[in-house]
Amino acid sequence: MRLPCGIINKSYSQDTAIVRTNLQWLLLVLALITLFTFPYWASPHWISVMIGVWISIIGVMGLTLLTGYAGQLSLGHMAFVAIGAYTVAILMSDLNWPFWAALPCAGMISGCIGVIFGLPSLRIKGFYLVIATLAAQFIIVHIISRWDSLTGGVFGLSVPKVTLGGFEFKSDFSYYFLAMIFALIAILIAKNLSRSRIGRSWIAIRDNDIAAEIMGVDPFKYKLLAFFFGCFFAGIAGGLWAPYLRYLTPEQFTLMGSVWYLGYMVIGGMGSIMGPIAGVIFITILDEFTAEMVTDLATGSPVFAGFVQASRYIVFGLAIILFLIFEPRGIAHRWERIKNSYRLWPFSY
Amino acid sequence: MDTFLQLVVTGLAVGATYGLIALGFVLIYKASGVLNLAQGELMMFGAYICFVFSVQANIPFYAAVALTLPVALLIGAVIERFFLRYMIGQPLISVIMMTIGLMILMRGIATWIWGTEPKVYPQVFPQESMSIGSVNISYEYLWAAGLSIFFVLIYIIFFRFTKSGLVMRATSDDEHAALSIGISIKKVLSQSWAIAALTAAVGGIIIGALVGLDTTSFPQYGLKVLPVVLLGGLDSIPGAIIGGILIGLTENLVPEYLGFLGGGMEELAPYILVLIVLIVRPHGLFGLKRIERI
Repeated sequence: MRLPCGIINKSYSQDTAIVRTNLQWLLLVLALITLFTFPYWASPHWISVMIGVWISIIGVMGLTLLTGYAGQLSLGHMAFVAIGAYTVAILMSDLNWPFWAALPCAGMISGCIGVIFGLPSLRIKGFYLVIATLAAQFIIVHIISRWDSLTGGVFGLSVPKVTLGGFEFKSDFSYYFLAMIFALIAILIAKNLSRSRIGRSWIAIRDNDIAAEIMGVDPFKYKLLAFFFGCFFAGIAGGLWAPYLRYLTPEQFTLMGSVWYLGYMVIGGMGSIMGPIAGVIFITILDEFTAEMVTDLATGSPVFAGFVQASRYIVFGLAIILFLIFEPRGIAHRWERIKNSYRLWPFSY
Repeated sequence: MDTFLQLVVTGLAVGATYGLIALGFVLIYKASGVLNLAQGELMMFGAYICFVFSVQANIPFYAAVALTLPVALLIGAVIERFFLRYMIGQPLISVIMMTIGLMILMRGIATWIWGTEPKVYPQVFPQESMSIGSVNISYEYLWAAGLSIFFVLIYIIFFRFTKSGLVMRATSDDEHAALSIGISIKKVLSQSWAIAALTAAVGGIIIGALVGLDTTSFPQYGLKVLPVVLLGGLDSIPGAIIGGILIGLTENLVPEYLGFLGGGMEELAPYILVLIVLIVRPHGLFGLKRIERI
């Protein structure tokens, strides 16, 4: 991290601190105040949108650890979200577990199944690995939709509400806080993971796995760890989805969902923790505005009538393509550059 | 035994079609090292353009096909020029994401132009079926298989005996060596995308004539063929054909003999097969094993 002038590291703990300057503290506090008061001033529609954003951030954060940091491209992340969602649903409705015990289980089960599908990653890489994870997507969703006795098959499964003590998280208003707190914890864990020994090993493997192995990084162990953490986060995201949606069907976890996650990550910026946050927020806002604009357009002229359904795909596809051509490192990188030029102003090189 | 033979024959016929579609993937991979995940959408575009010519413009079917082919060539060249060219030298994940972006964009454009309701092709292939001994095979599949084999032969001839084919093989073999003897890589890439789009269009028309056309489930055929490509090895033309036939056989034999594992196994079996093969042979059955250096 590049620091402004005059900030000197005097101790190790200072060097590793996430928040360094007074301005950063100020911005952090302001951001937290905005986020915690958000449901009090925002419209109900935007509260429900933000719940989706928080949950997606957790899932995409997992994908970033797996793909952005460890370089193991996964085209089946939605399947692991599905495992988490169904685990929570089954534990809560069939076994009457409390949500707070079911959620860690969802993460663990999803993570362990992720490790199973990560096993081929030692031998296969690149395009071949893409297909192995694509296979995970199809196989897992297929099993979910066929295992009627456990998952309710294609008819789905209803999920009880989350309770804490005597309090029920039944409105969007209360669920917002639940989702946000889990997302903030997830961001913090991911940030610290990414700069630990594990995170550094992942980066080494991503950049060149043979060189990493020669330097003493065990690729098998760290690739599997990446699959575990990536899918653990996905499982937690799924576990938070389930009680919010209240009803699960296999159609909610499509290949398109996995692709959507990859898009969030690429647009946000692949190898950074800011990336998924920026990507999810950017695409969600873009999505909301296109939806609004397109409905206006369609009522205005019949030429655009067919455009309503297609617009989501066209805008999202174009966003991915344009970002790859003009800013392959995503919003997070652009943000870093803006910050740097601001710090050096007016004496930039 | 009769059921077995019947399933094998159907499997071979379907597999030949898969082989043809898989060729589109292999072509692009051989020339540029890109696995084009948007191949299913290219198929869909070819099939829809042919539909526009034959049904909406009322041109006889075979003339419509002939008109579709140059359009498909153009689409392939345009995609290469305006999207994929910027990906030369970029990391693998960017390239994959580019084809995924194309996939989403093309699906959106197709939905915009042609809507979501399914379209029906005119009756192209005869409906009846032929019987050899105890085995029945419908003319539809026979035609599809015949056409696929015909196109595969054309490709083999093209790669073996024409100058462009030779240039493409040279490029895929060693890009730098090809450059140094005066081959224009950009031209080769453009050509290979154009030809891959053409292949996709032919495959799309055949599949469209067999199962009809829509914007949601049709592109899935592209993904269905992915295991075929991986099974045969990404850079092997005979591998694509053999992989296609193997997957065609698996799809047809598995529901009959492994049906006790649950319904819908035919959709899953190709992926399970390809997972097993990849673990044993990471580069597919006939793929080139690359030795990695730092």
